Amino acid sequence: MSAPARDIRRSAAGPVLSARDLHTWFELRQWGFLRVGSVRAVDGVNFELQAGEAVAFVGESGCGKSSLARTLLGLHQPTRGEVIFEGRSLGTLDARERKTYLARVGFVQQDPYGALPPFMDVRRILHEPLIVHGVRNRAEREKRAREALEEVRLSPPDDFLSKFPHMLSGGQQQRVVIARALILRPAMIIADEPVSMLDASVRVEILQLLRSIQTNHGLTLAFITHDLSTVRHFAERIFVMYAGRIVEQAPVNELLNHPQHPYTQALLGAISDPDPDNALQMREVPPGEPPSLLKPPAGCRFHPRCNRMIPGTCDQEDPPEFEPRNGHHTACWLYR
Amino acid sequence: MASEPLLRVEDLRLHYRSGNGVVRALDGVSFDIRRNEALVVLGESGCGKSTLAKALMRLLPRNVQHFSGNLLVDGVETMGFSEERFRREVRWVRISMVMQAAMNALNPVIRVGEQVAEPLRVHRGWSARQARERTAEVFGLVGISADFLQRYPFELSGGMRQRAVLAMALVTEPDLVIMDEPTSALDVLTQASIMNALKRIKQELGTSFILITHDISTSSEIAERVALMYAGQLVEFADAKDFFGEPAHPYSKLLMASVPRLHQEETPVHIPGQPPNLLDPPEGCRFAERCPSRFDRCDRDPETFRIGNRRTVRCWLHAAGSRV
Ligand SMILES: Nc1ncnc2c1ncn2[C@@H]1O[C@H](COP(=O)(O)OP(=O)(O)OP(=O)(O)O)[C@@H](O)[C@H]1O
Ligand SMILES: Nc1ncnc2c1ncn2[C@@H]1O[C@H](COP(=O)(O)OP(=O)(O)OP(=O)(O)O)[C@@H](O)[C@H]1O
Ligand code: SF4
Ligand code: SF4
Ligand SMILES: [Mg+2]
Ligand SMILES: [Mg+2]
Repeated sequence: MSAPARDIRRSAAGPVLSARDLHTWFELRQWGFLRVGSVRAVDGVNFELQAGEAVAFVGESGCGKSSLARTLLGLHQPTRGEVIFEGRSLGTLDARERKTYLARVGFVQQDPYGALPPFMDVRRILHEPLIVHGVRNRAEREKRAREALEEVRLSPPDDFLSKFPHMLSGGQQQRVVIARALILRPAMIIADEPVSMLDASVRVEILQLLRSIQTNHGLTLAFITHDLSTVRHFAERIFVMYAGRIVEQAPVNELLNHPQHPYTQALLGAISDPDPDNALQMREVPPGEPPSLLKPPAGCRFHPRCNRMIPGTCDQEDPPEFEPRNGHHTACWLYR
Repeated sequence: MASEPLLRVEDLRLHYRSGNGVVRALDGVSFDIRRNEALVVLGESGCGKSTLAKALMRLLPRNVQHFSGNLLVDGVETMGFSEERFRREVRWVRISMVMQAAMNALNPVIRVGEQVAEPLRVHRGWSARQARERTAEVFGLVGISADFLQRYPFELSGGMRQRAVLAMALVTEPDLVIMDEPTSALDVLTQASIMNALKRIKQELGTSFILITHDISTSSEIAERVALMYAGQLVEFADAKDFFGEPAHPYSKLLMASVPRLHQEETPVHIPGQPPNLLDPPEGCRFAERCPSRFDRCDRDPETFRIGNRRTVRCWLHAAGSRV
């Protein structure tokens, strides 16, 4: 797999992928026509990913992680703002260029059990994207399918090529999903909760696999998760999302050791390590639930749950991004 | 009979018939649980955790090939009970259960309050009003405001629906509640707050819990006792303190090393290989294929040995302990 490395070098000067003022809103209708409002799933997101880095997006269920991923992939049209890949805005690509883009960015989608078509065997699952992207030669496709299986350590490939998804364990299915994402030799992979449905020991295996493929090929990897305890080992930077926005971002250790945003602090405080003393005490959890994205609260979106809320400020004005520590950004009025 | 455990399970077996043969999903499991005790059942996907729960509730699918063992409630053997008697005296009365993915199985067209009250109306024959009042109380206990009684399931978040099915298991004031993966689909803050609710309920009502999960970290929020399953069998049963502190079975050790910890620098290590096929499990130790400590004796099915106070391990390495 030499193609991605070459492409990465070409673009090493600037960010591979950036999001500028990105908004993805979904129109919500009642009975199919009455407009109720917009679900602001992605609501003003900015970031830049450098070639070859691994980053993690974390946040509660429903905060917009998958919507962001799908927007980055060009599967949702942004309502406002743009996604820029290797210097070009996705919005300006023509049909053929979009197809090339989709070949350059692999996608590992949420829910391994629903990701694979049940009626296709592994061979067909892996040949399919190659056919779509114009690899006519069958022998060439077969060779690449085998390589991809070896890459995700499903070997020998002959044991797996003619199996159907239901004959594979959850971990094996997820490796097939990854093989499929790799087969077009992408420059970048976006993985949406690649392991949340799997057992702890298999989770670690898959994350390590992704990480080693990423470092071996100099791929850029963006992975989405709600499991902060694994992030340290598999990413260099973390973005914390809350209600459609990024509220904090920093290098992994910096963020885990010095969380600044009250939401991030709450999130880290809620995570258990397997310690028998946990059973002896209650855990501190912020009250309430994440807000409706249809009518997010005014000011800071976390203010109804925040124990450090500054009345008159937090409940009225949207906090901009501050940099309380070097390279550590957070949108919270405490750091103005 | 105060000294009897609340529930004693002896050599429980539940096998399924399938197209390819017999699935030995639960294959000789024994343990007990006391009043007001929280037991956590851990194990990889497919090791038989849900099968254990179904066997305890005697909620059996049609394709059961074999079901045997003893199930003593307060010292009274119930396996001989007729279905009618088991339903009248045990299921939903003494033992209730929150099934895996139950929160997605709520009836979409019936108000949540009515669904939660249903066990009282059906199994206890309470009036609608009595049931409603009791339901409101239990809602408070699990952390849902009484306003939600009138809502439909789709109007509730995942966390709220999970609390509602927990309330449903609690309304009849059972002695034991079995929960199958109650928080796996939820995110950390919701998980933590549901675990808080369980701790409070246990304190206030004195309920015993069996929490079935593959999420080891979250399970430690309530675990007093831990049962670890592997390929249909119990491989270790111990106090949480001992299990988390110093796991004894080789599988327990590897499993604990695979758990990521927030403030740990070393990368967690995965367990190579896969569990055996339950259609045709190996004759000897079921973990042998993946076990770094295996030796010649492991070709024979290991016995269960008692080591220390309330701890048992199914592994030849512990043959110095007394036989169970
Ligand atoms: N196609 C769509 N149409 C309407 N609303 C949508 C659509 N896709 C997502 N949403 C809504 O947007 C919000 C964000 O959803 P999204 O799936 O991005 O969250 P998430 O962070 O990935 O959550 P999870 O952790 O549960 O996967 C939710 O309120 C969701 O209901
Ligand atoms: N009704 C059934 N008929 C045949 N086989 C079954 C049936 N139910 C479960 N099995 C099989 O029995 C084994 C144990 O299944 P069980 O659902 O008890 O596992 P589990 O530990 O709860 O797994 P998970 O963590 O994935 O929920 C599996 O191999 C499963 O495929
Ligand atoms: S801006 Fe205010 S309400 Fe928001 S997190 Fe910071 S302190 Fe809390
Ligand atoms: S009995 Fe043998 S193979 Fe099985 S766990 Fe013990 S040492 Fe390992
Ligand atoms: Mg998602
Ligand atoms: Mg199960």
